[in-house]
Amino acid sequence: MKTLIANGKIPLATHYNDDRSAKWSVKDKLLLGLSLSEYLAQAFRNPLNWFFAVIFSFGGYVTITRFIFGLGYVTHSSYDYPWGLFLGFGLFVMVPLSASGFMLGTAVEVFGRDDFKPIERLALLNGLLGYLFAVIFLQVDLGQPWRLIYPMFVSLGPAAVLFLVAWHVATYLTVQVAELVPAFAEMMGMPKLKTFIKSMILGLTIAGIILSTLHQGALGALFTYAPYKVHPLWMSAPFQWFHYFCSSVFAGLSMLIVVSTICKKTMAWRCDDNFLTSLDRLTIGLAKGATLALITYLVIKIIAIAHDGDWGYLASGWGQWYMLEMIAGVILPMILFTISIRNNLPGLARFAALIAVLGIALNRLNTALFTFNWKLYQEIPHWRELVITITVYCLFIATYRFVLYRLPILYTWKKDEEAAS
Amino acid sequence: MKAMNRRKFLKGSLLGGAAASVISKRKNADASSSFGGYPDAMGVLVDLTRCIGCRSCEAACNKEQGLPAPAQSFDDLSVLDHERRTSEGAYTVVNRYEIPGKDHPLFRKIQCNHCNEPACLTSCFVNAYTKTPEGAVIYDATVCVGCRTCMIACPFYVPAYSYSSVLNPVVQKCIFCYDTRLKFGRPPACVEACPREVLTFGKRKDLIKIGNQRIQNHPDLYEDHIYGEKEVGGTSWMYLSSAPFDQVGFDTDLGTQPILSYVKEFLTVVPMVLTIWPALFAGFHLLATRKDKQKKEEKSEI
Ligand code: SF4
Ligand code: SF4
Ligand code: SF4
Repeated sequence: MKTLIANGKIPLATHYNDDRSAKWSVKDKLLLGLSLSEYLAQAFRNPLNWFFAVIFSFGGYVTITRFIFGLGYVTHSSYDYPWGLFLGFGLFVMVPLSASGFMLGTAVEVFGRDDFKPIERLALLNGLLGYLFAVIFLQVDLGQPWRLIYPMFVSLGPAAVLFLVAWHVATYLTVQVAELVPAFAEMMGMPKLKTFIKSMILGLTIAGIILSTLHQGALGALFTYAPYKVHPLWMSAPFQWFHYFCSSVFAGLSMLIVVSTICKKTMAWRCDDNFLTSLDRLTIGLAKGATLALITYLVIKIIAIAHDGDWGYLASGWGQWYMLEMIAGVILPMILFTISIRNNLPGLARFAALIAVLGIALNRLNTALFTFNWKLYQEIPHWRELVITITVYCLFIATYRFVLYRLPILYTWKKDEEAAS
Repeated sequence: MKAMNRRKFLKGSLLGGAAASVISKRKNADASSSFGGYPDAMGVLVDLTRCIGCRSCEAACNKEQGLPAPAQSFDDLSVLDHERRTSEGAYTVVNRYEIPGKDHPLFRKIQCNHCNEPACLTSCFVNAYTKTPEGAVIYDATVCVGCRTCMIACPFYVPAYSYSSVLNPVVQKCIFCYDTRLKFGRPPACVEACPREVLTFGKRKDLIKIGNQRIQNHPDLYEDHIYGEKEVGGTSWMYLSSAPFDQVGFDTDLGTQPILSYVKEFLTVVPMVLTIWPALFAGFHLLATRKDKQKKEEKSEI
């Protein structure tokens, strides 16, 4: 794409083509205003696509075998570790990293922080796709995926935490789709649709806050079903939901910093000046939010240990592992964020965000896999399980990129008059 | 019944959670009492001091439940060399434990303990499990989605899953021979098959009396504890042992609270968030945007 722009191509951002002689068709919009051969040529030039091709052909094959030969073929079929990477990573890591949508929604729509507007849509998209793929991961993992809607309509178990997660994720996906409809409406030239959604945006955002608080917390509460299986340092029945909710705040914000950095680095052509120039300022703003959440998280983690009287465990091997997670995944990014805010160093904030994201991934994997059954043995996932997880995640990245290239997320759709001038 | 109130309360609060916009005003109805179990629930008392590890119960269960033939026959006692757990092919297994300082090993039969307040039941989001008044915890395979939360939740590591099946994988565990026997008041197959009367079938409350009597009559033989009387809210299957319970494979750290009580902390938060959040954030919105509006008005006045 860069090469094309160097040759004078302007990325599509209007309803009318360059000389205003005709409207772009839907096909033009999908092909970014390029001809089919131009489009394919640029796709072939991108090394990432070659990487994806390899992953999808091999990983896609392994994924299909899961549906032909069953879960027993791709996992170790463990009775002691019923949840493996699909949920441990796909659900428990993807969901907190997707918390950005509701937080930026809150900042902009509820608190009226219009200065965060340039990045709001990216946050919403990050949320939507993250949830979507969490559901896809779930579908890979469920024994009978075609019964996904059973908890909604066929047989209800409303006293179960997972029931809440199922309903909330479903509702929240709908909310997020609605929140992103304006972007779609702009691109497709449907102003009425946009006004309609805009009129409900406050309601949608508040619904998003409620749903997010509860289901982020619920993911933590799921482990309170296994108070004796998860190591006490990672498990505190009264605080678990709050730990999960609080950590999702900085997880979502940090992920947003990471994603926006990737966008800036790899698809600057698609970002408009508004996004590019305000990004440094926004990064610091997001870092402030993340730091507050990190501090709160650290405090409630310590309170939980004190409350449960778990100090003794800190001296054990598990304790050291725990300290490593806390120091590298929480305290270090907290310090780096603080330095970056003080000295206005967006680059450092980006690095801190990356660490925070990895830290949260480690925390969720620790709870769901590593310290789960700490009194038994350690389960190592089957290699096919790993391959499928990577494949689905690559599909996530590819979808993400596909949408970013097209919908006015990183750039603003030009009004017809502006485009003319 | 208190317990029923509480279940209803919890259900209510999460249903409210489903319809996020519905503001529920349900009062916290006695959320902390614990369900004592059905008064006439049946149970089995397993006396480890009598068990010789012959595996007759395993064989009987295999036949009664129509399970596939095992890789090693039931008279092959070499399987006892490794500790085993319940699986999709075996709803009950016997393990051997060498006890330090004793000249003979103890054997323990494991299967679903049919808890009074089953963790599996409370964790299932399609309500696949039922605790019957007879005491059995049974499972409805036709609604199970296969999320396997019940396996996460069971503190005794009982439910197994038929991962190998592509089209109809299901959870598999001991069902107290409910369909074929318990429903008609008959003892389970494994109980009948035992040659040493290790397993005593009867009303749960009578079994507790019997257990206490045995302990009283032979205090030198038995540990002074009936495992399962109180553990995780009480179980229908209970155990007597002559060695400390942790030496015969029992998890002695499980408290007396049913698993549901650990989840409660979160469940009580749900109605709170539902009622308080909308007002709170709508308020924030008004506060935060008031300044903007004022500014706009000022501007228009100028
Ligand atoms: S032992 Fe496990 S599977 Fe059996 S009733 Fe209790 S929680 Fe459920
Ligand atoms: S695996 Fe089936 S029975 Fe177990 S919790 Fe999930 S839906 Fe319920
Ligand atoms: S009660 Fe029935 S299903 Fe359960 S272990 Fe005994 S024979 Fe098997």
